[in-house]
Amino acid sequence: MAAGAEHSAVRDAVIDAFARRHRLHPLEALPWLIAVAAYFALPGYLSLGAQILATILFVLSADLVLGYAGIVTLGHAAFFGTGAYVAGILAANGWGEPISGLIAAALIAGLVGFLSGLIILRTTGLALLMQTLVVATTLYEAANKAGRWTGGDDGLQGMQVWPIFGLFRFDMFGRVAYAYCLIVLFLGWLVARRIVHSPFGRALIGARENTARMHAIGAPVARRRLVIYTIAAALAGASGALIAQTTSFVGLTSLSLERSGNALIMLIIGGVGRLYGAFIGVPVFMIAQDRFSSIDPVYWYFWLGLLMIAVVVFARGGLLGLIERLRP
Amino acid sequence: MTALALETRGLCKSFGALTVASEIDFRLQRGARHALIGPNGAGKTSFVNLVTGALRASGGTIHLDGADITDLAQAARVKRGLARTFQINALFRRLCVLENVVLAIAEREGVAGGLLRPAGRHRAIIEEAYGLLETLGIADQALLPVNGLAYGRQRLVEIAIALGLAPKVLLLDEPAAGVPSGESGIIVSVIERLPADIALLIIEHDMDLVFRLARTITVLVQGRVLVEGTPEAIAADPRVREVYLGERAPR
Repeated sequence: MAAGAEHSAVRDAVIDAFARRHRLHPLEALPWLIAVAAYFALPGYLSLGAQILATILFVLSADLVLGYAGIVTLGHAAFFGTGAYVAGILAANGWGEPISGLIAAALIAGLVGFLSGLIILRTTGLALLMQTLVVATTLYEAANKAGRWTGGDDGLQGMQVWPIFGLFRFDMFGRVAYAYCLIVLFLGWLVARRIVHSPFGRALIGARENTARMHAIGAPVARRRLVIYTIAAALAGASGALIAQTTSFVGLTSLSLERSGNALIMLIIGGVGRLYGAFIGVPVFMIAQDRFSSIDPVYWYFWLGLLMIAVVVFARGGLLGLIERLRP
Repeated sequence: MTALALETRGLCKSFGALTVASEIDFRLQRGARHALIGPNGAGKTSFVNLVTGALRASGGTIHLDGADITDLAQAARVKRGLARTFQINALFRRLCVLENVVLAIAEREGVAGGLLRPAGRHRAIIEEAYGLLETLGIADQALLPVNGLAYGRQRLVEIAIALGLAPKVLLLDEPAAGVPSGESGIIVSVIERLPADIALLIIEHDMDLVFRLARTITVLVQGRVLVEGTPEAIAADPRVREVYLGERAPR
């Protein structure tokens, strides 16, 4: 009897410990506390802060694709840029309502993700990598040619973004922009976190770890990859819309390889496949970029490169990986 | 209702000039303990890949429980009760042992596509997975990442994932491959204790294991069935000695 009770206690303890992994951890409140504190503590940096928050959403969406689904992409900017242009073109043509612009941007970017994913996700590895690049480059050239709508090389000018709910006008200090980006990022994080901790998210990780075995246990791997690719594209589109609306400008760089590549660099600095890599990598990268470029306007990219090398050599798994290893 | 769990009729597969399966007629009875043996390159693993749908047959048909599954995708065959293990471990290496099995049960239960309910709330699935680990004697390492386990125990996880699918037909592709001989007894005893209603097809090189487990043996040579029979008949068959046992290095 006693042995039986002990056995079931062990069993319950193990099952509880396993189930608890998906529960909200107190540390997960930390990014939000810091973001709110920064609003009050650093009033001079809110415009940069808003850019950082919007970029976190972009890199978080890249983490869903790369880190969780294992889809290596060099074209994630395709969806960011699509969202930015949708929100921008709406605002430049008489519809400056930001929330509906944001939703439209997310939906259309999601549609682009779905349609391109339908074709390119049939491949894997290097072929897939090249096709993600092709999708982004094609959209880049399309935006370049469609100058009547996008402003081409000069960028999209003349956006008129209305106040949020007709009440909160975007101000020159970036206060409204910061709060707007923070709230949208929070909602995007809720979606991402829910996905990652759902059976769907765990099955995605399974397919990343061993695709052949996932097929062998009867999983519709291709369909699930398409679903996550579409969701991530929509989140990236929302991120692009945020940056378009808060800066009142959209340039071709929003669709560029550089933006796709920077997202990967930021994600690798923070840590891939850990959900919070974006929350660390993006601020580190963008603050370093801001500092380096003011200290050394000519060679700042060199210093950024050095930072990247340091992370890859000394902190495999990114800064989050480093923290995990240092923890007892 | 047929008495056969699995059947192939005239199954063929070739890659260009290389034929890996040639007119294979194979029958697996319900609750069978059936071994498929043959020298290296005989086409044993290709046969498993054809039956599970990882490879498409060039000709012939495959029947599971009397139904033609030749044109079904791999996932659909799994849903009908066909599971396999791999000759070389195919595990979710960085996930813990328990989650390896949870993933399989979640697919079987059809909840693995769910986005709304957190994974930790599917308690019945986690409990079932844990129970399976207990049966196989690996519950004490349930929360460790699979790649931290000894190889012999990883082979048990390999079997546990397949059992999580509650299969009617289980194809074990060299279950003891790579396991030190001192530990292969654990794997044999696990296989011996599997539920009697699962039809087992064991592909194996290890003759001790085959003769301990199998009640029927099929010998495959160069993609063809050479002979089929009881272990005693196979052991006594001169053709088998010639092509198979005769090739063994003298001890």
